[in-house]
Amino acid sequence: MEPIRKHTGLVYPLNRANVDTDQIIPKQFLKRISRQGFGQFVFYNWRFDSKGTLRDDFSLNQPKYEGTSILVAGENFGCGSSREHAPWALLDYGFRVVIAPSYADIFYNNCTKNGILPVILSDDEVQTLIKNAETEQYYLTVDLEAKKVYDNKGFEATFDLDSYKREMLLNGWDDIAVTLTHVDKIDQFEANRK
Amino acid sequence: MRKPKTVIEKIWEKHVVHHEEGKPDLLYIDLHLVHEVTSPQAFEGLRINNRKVRRPDLTFATMDHNVPTIHRNVIKDEVSKTQMETLKTNCEEFNVPLADIHHPDQGIVHVIGPELGLTQPGKTIVCGDSHTSTHGAFGALAFGIGTSEVEHVLATQTIWQAKPKTLNVKVNGKLGTGVTAKDLILAIIGKFGVKFGTGYVIEYTGEAIRDLSMEGRMTVCNMSIEAGARAGLISPDDTTVEFLRGRRHVPTGEAFDQLAEEWKALATDEGAIYDETVEINAADIEPQVTWGTNPGMCIPVSANVPSVEDGQSDNDKEEIKRALEYMGLQGGEPISSVAIEHVFIGSCTNSRFADLKKAADIVKGHHVHPNVRAIVVPGSHSVKKQAEDAGIDIIFKEAGFEWRDAGCSMCLAMNDDVVPEGERCASTSNRNFEGRQGTGARTHLVSPEMAAAAAVKGHFVDVRTLGVPAHN
Repeated sequence: MEPIRKHTGLVYPLNRANVDTDQIIPKQFLKRISRQGFGQFVFYNWRFDSKGTLRDDFSLNQPKYEGTSILVAGENFGCGSSREHAPWALLDYGFRVVIAPSYADIFYNNCTKNGILPVILSDDEVQTLIKNAETEQYYLTVDLEAKKVYDNKGFEATFDLDSYKREMLLNGWDDIAVTLTHVDKIDQFEANRK
Repeated sequence: MRKPKTVIEKIWEKHVVHHEEGKPDLLYIDLHLVHEVTSPQAFEGLRINNRKVRRPDLTFATMDHNVPTIHRNVIKDEVSKTQMETLKTNCEEFNVPLADIHHPDQGIVHVIGPELGLTQPGKTIVCGDSHTSTHGAFGALAFGIGTSEVEHVLATQTIWQAKPKTLNVKVNGKLGTGVTAKDLILAIIGKFGVKFGTGYVIEYTGEAIRDLSMEGRMTVCNMSIEAGARAGLISPDDTTVEFLRGRRHVPTGEAFDQLAEEWKALATDEGAIYDETVEINAADIEPQVTWGTNPGMCIPVSANVPSVEDGQSDNDKEEIKRALEYMGLQGGEPISSVAIEHVFIGSCTNSRFADLKKAADIVKGHHVHPNVRAIVVPGSHSVKKQAEDAGIDIIFKEAGFEWRDAGCSMCLAMNDDVVPEGERCASTSNRNFEGRQGTGARTHLVSPEMAAAAAVKGHFVDVRTLGVPAHN
């Protein structure tokens, strides 16, 4: 996966809690057998009407959010199905960072396996970012090395991420390769069980 | 004296391959279940990197999400067909055992694991499916993973996991007659919310849990993920042992008796400490119906749909407003007055023989309401056969239900079993998310008994008023 160290981008605010992975990528798009090409279907049922036409009333379709790469949303983001097609779709659409007060465990994990940085900020901080991004074209910088989120007008917040996931994201490592450096221990574990 | 431990800690400690302070543990996986939707990219990853499946003997695949439940010999959807054929090719190439669409062992992955005895107490079990928590009913540590992790487990038979916090959900007292495991788990999620389990593994304890059959325990553990917990489990006991006795993948004779003792020794020790405990009284629980667009939005069948003003905060009010709008409901209307057009009895939550039998007991001698289309989708080929041997299919068919082949079906509507836009379904599945059963479809989660009663009446009704046979 592509490493992520420091990222500056346009913020898209999605002021909803409990956004589930069925909304991020509906099931009719899970039949593909590759990891690519899911971006066109992200938030499909919110972005398109039943005839497949873009809906003006869904904010992601507004021109002011074109080119967005940082998604800010409400609590428990990514709940429900374990489908990794959700982070694949977000990444393919252009999102490199998600910011929310909390995430569902599986989705959070899936993000870190695909080079999407899931940032946890407080409710108040998230609401501030959402308001800013609803009122103007709003850019943020997310610095994974310093574990900081800031804009150029004085907003600054710190976040935490476990050191293993941080290292993987910073370096873009494939964790199977890392695990295989412990293969002797796996062999030993299996031998001890027999 | 040894420190008392929870079943979760006991299983964890037996599976740590590598531990390093400040990092997740490398955990060994005993059983990896695979299905067609979340595995193709994982096998492709192995191929690109020239890797093998480390332990095909600990891996088992089936087709469930995508399979048609009718006219199975001709799969019209080319993309679905490709996905199923891809699984077949991958299993052949990597020597993974597969119960394909025509195999007698085929079924929903979380139904066949326990049925075949692959699911056993003390095992670590993963699958690229969030409802893997189902297997926790046996006192196994079972959780859903993404496709990257599927690839990781295929290649290494291990997974990186931070040791989870433990949450005791204690259910005191007894469930009333006509109140089921499904009502219990919905009531738990309704009371504590859709994210109270996030970051935890739940252990369900208490009298009402001990009283549940294995089928009931599976229903409860299945929906742990709807409470935010990746895994939910129940300490093994005699009920667990008796369910597994004689199943294909468990030993027989003395070897079984010895194993049974080891299983029971895994149960949480008296005095073990959990990171968190919540309690609920079983006797207070009524049959439940969800009214909104997540499983926490549920109410007793005797209650009214909440109004926007009932919201505790602005965000809460906004969420209720959106849910009412999507569901086409008025705040304050009695849920029992809501008419339905579809009934779905099936899914990894409620498609086992016991579920179908209880629904059939309600349906027997009645007919599906003329405005309702009702389908029964057994959880596995074997459940279907068992039900047919018991004549249950006849009861459903005579009442006007469609009797289908096994699969995930209308739970997520990846195949042709779709609820049309704006129509309403009483469903025994696990998720009432927007669009889950079809774009614009409106899902109400209920128990099999409540779904059967709704099919007959054409609207939600308290199943206890119909004179339900007493069993849990």
